[in-house]
Amino acid sequence: MTSIPGNVWQRVAAVVLFLVIGASVAANWLAPAGYARQYREAADAPPSHEHWLGTDEIGRDRFARVLYGTRISLLLAPAAALLSTLMAAVIGGIPGYLGGNWARCAMAVTNLFLSLPWLFLLIAVRAVLPLNVSPLVSVLVTFLMLGLLGWSNAARVLCTSAENLRSSDFVRQARAAGISPARLFWIHVAPNLKPVLEAQFWISIPVFILTEANLGILGLGVAEPMPSWGSLLKELEGLVSVGEEPWKFVPLVLLVLVVTSFQTLLSQREELSA
Amino acid sequence: MLTKKIARHGLVLLATVLLGGFLSAVLVRFAPGFDSDENELDPHLSSESIRALREARAKDHNIFIFYAHSIERAAHGDLGTSISLGQPVAGLLRQRLPLTLRLVGLGLVLSWTAALGLALSAAWLRVPAYDAASTLVSGIFLCLPASVLALLSVLWNMPGALAIALIVFPRVYRFTRNLLAKAYALPHITTARCKGLSEIRILFWHVVPIAAPQLLALAGVSASLAVGAAIPVEALCGLAGVGQLAWQAALARDLPLLMNLTILVTLATLIANSSADVAGYLLRGESA
Repeated sequence: MTSIPGNVWQRVAAVVLFLVIGASVAANWLAPAGYARQYREAADAPPSHEHWLGTDEIGRDRFARVLYGTRISLLLAPAAALLSTLMAAVIGGIPGYLGGNWARCAMAVTNLFLSLPWLFLLIAVRAVLPLNVSPLVSVLVTFLMLGLLGWSNAARVLCTSAENLRSSDFVRQARAAGISPARLFWIHVAPNLKPVLEAQFWISIPVFILTEANLGILGLGVAEPMPSWGSLLKELEGLVSVGEEPWKFVPLVLLVLVVTSFQTLLSQREELSA
Repeated sequence: MLTKKIARHGLVLLATVLLGGFLSAVLVRFAPGFDSDENELDPHLSSESIRALREARAKDHNIFIFYAHSIERAAHGDLGTSISLGQPVAGLLRQRLPLTLRLVGLGLVLSWTAALGLALSAAWLRVPAYDAASTLVSGIFLCLPASVLALLSVLWNMPGALAIALIVFPRVYRFTRNLLAKAYALPHITTARCKGLSEIRILFWHVVPIAAPQLLALAGVSASLAVGAAIPVEALCGLAGVGQLAWQAALARDLPLLMNLTILVTLATLIANSSADVAGYLLRGESA
């Protein structure tokens, strides 16, 4: 059997991501009526020329909602990933570089966060925040929460990396040469932590996309009428069989394609850095 | 040495649970609406009664006193009363814990059986197509949100434990496959194969001792994953376990119930991880 070279899959993944991101950016042109407009005469309609993916139970165009939902999920997951990576750098990277009790405290806090299942931690914190907020606030709350709580794995990796750097020969040599701690950090340590930070950022994106979907299906994510992959997948709850209304699976197919594409590109990064 | 290690784990466990409990208490104390009581809206209550209600709550304003009171009550078996369900939390946990334990336990057994079976057969067969196919299957499950797997289990009438197994399986499989692939690539194992040792002998004499400590650590982590997976599975499959209780508490903002659940889940995952660590230590020998 002839195997397909890895870089072909990576190109396919890049094209898929490009197309999905492109379509979501062009949502205003592809679906000018918007995601909230109701076609009451065609509620719960199957796919047609007017509504490519049919309409939902209150007559909103599913294609438009998928496009806008994709935009929200794909815009805010990287934003949350950026926030969590920055948090990880502060909570894990800096104490790791300082070493001693700082590193021990950072690891203890990280272990505390890691001891709770991720989804449980999220729903516990989400419950503390008000649930009856405006849709826009619910989007911000969901992704801020992901960013502020999703740092623990990355912080552990960064803490260990920073501790290793701290005890490396070139840092010891620089310290012995009399370089100031701040300069040592910015000139020698931070650039060496950058690849770890980048890797953690990219790893977090698919994790946050999946988590938002989980929260949305459980009714703890983005509020109606704002669409997101999570709220769109909630429609699957009422299905009786897979073949009954297959078009309702389009958001799921899209989500799996995007997450798979991210995983494929991530494996390329790993191969390059190995 | 072993006693010392167990004692250290016990201390860390206690400290983490106390700290975790304190953090949940902080979240509960400072959550919007903590200071309000719907009983105050009762038109039958006089201003004195309302003042008495407020004074009763006033002692909980200080977070440390609030937490100390919570611990004191918990020590006497009183975990408070659920706001949304109006029942004692301890009773609710007693009712729902057995189902969750059964689901999580069965889910873990199924996921580990599937993951170890696939990873071992891939390592033994050494057929690239088989390895690629099993990696693809696990990759697809890895890209599906846990809640979607729970919904599909409802659609296809699958048992809840199988849904938990499908959520945990890809994570366990990926790690186990990589671990076994690395172990089987070691020179002394290649030599053993060349000398004609049976696969079973190679597995139990040469591979298991290398992989076991890491597999035990993974077992601890997988228990935490399974507990997390129980939330969407129980919530969406209509199974009355602790996961469903946590979801209902989140939707109803039942903070006392959530605080107790947080402590319980932290304790359960920490015990799983500590047990895995101690078992790994015993396996490596006290000299390690």
